[in-house]
Amino acid sequence: MSTPTEELKPLAKKKKKVPFNYEPYIRGGKLPHIWCPGCGHGIVLKSLLRAIHTTGMSKDDIAMVSGIGCSSRTPGYVDFNTLHTLHGRALAYATGLKLAKPKLKIIVTTGDGDALAIGGNHFIHACRRNMDMTILVYNNAIYGMTSGQSSPTTPQGMISTTGRYGSIEPPFDTCQLAQAAGATFVARGTAYHFQELEKIIYEAILHKGTSVVDIIDACPTYYGRFNKYKTPSEMMEKIEKEGTVSVKQAEKLTPEELQGKFLRGIIHRSERPEYCEEYNKLVATVQAKK
Amino acid sequence: MAVAEKEKRTFRIDIYENLCKGCSICVDYCPTNVLAMDGNLVIVKDLDACNGCQLCDNRCPDFAIQVFEE
Repeated sequence: MSTPTEELKPLAKKKKKVPFNYEPYIRGGKLPHIWCPGCGHGIVLKSLLRAIHTTGMSKDDIAMVSGIGCSSRTPGYVDFNTLHTLHGRALAYATGLKLAKPKLKIIVTTGDGDALAIGGNHFIHACRRNMDMTILVYNNAIYGMTSGQSSPTTPQGMISTTGRYGSIEPPFDTCQLAQAAGATFVARGTAYHFQELEKIIYEAILHKGTSVVDIIDACPTYYGRFNKYKTPSEMMEKIEKEGTVSVKQAEKLTPEELQGKFLRGIIHRSERPEYCEEYNKLVATVQAKK
Repeated sequence: MAVAEKEKRTFRIDIYENLCKGCSICVDYCPTNVLAMDGNLVIVKDLDACNGCQLCDNRCPDFAIQVFEE
């Protein structure tokens, strides 16, 4: 509080707000992207680019690998080393790439169906090996590119092309799966909480070892239309904001209150020997014996 | 209590019509109702109300809107 004797100082001039410039990271002439109006993937891509910018890494030191699906279109728009591969096999290609060029920072962008169904086997084994890579699972709970079939993360009771009366399969929890398989950094973010997501991706990129980030976003075209969400904003509000609880908030809540909600934030972090380092050590010991 | 008058900050909102897909996320999340939908395109309805929070830019999935301070 200012006292009457105190003279009023002119307010210091604030720095002018400048929007983040995405241009250096986007391939010229590639926009507009193919994602539908209101698709959360664009918001995730923006958070990813801001996170990469914060790390200060050179564009040449990053390789982005993807499989097939809506989310896997991401490498097509960004100006890094990129690899667009077979359905579900992004992690297999990423493993090979990392072994050949261990200095590259590998970021795998994959969808829920690509990572957990078609590439489920690759996913658990990538987590088990703990190779230094960042796996971003764009989780929209549906196969968007092929017109909305049930995916391994479609919640029970939700409608899809292959579940006209509601899905009866229990869904996967990506984070629990990754943690159980041995990933050393497991987190979840949403497209709604874009700032939090940016920080999580930043931490995931800097982490040494396999880091898995489950990113909940919305597919308004299929999931939204089937399940009676009127607008993309309503989907973001109901699925991403009301359907998730941050790790800190969750500590105060009872198990009943947490029922049906996803945890958000860094869920698990541990240290384990990294695969490439172990491999180099093995090579050195074997060569020393000869 | 005397308060030094704040300098009025002005903003410029750039909407890239070739990128905008008309999902209306920016319109729904603008806290001061600056934006509005005109058919399938976003238009600036009330530029004076803009406080430069950048929510529209950050939540735009299509890289179609940016807010500059002038």
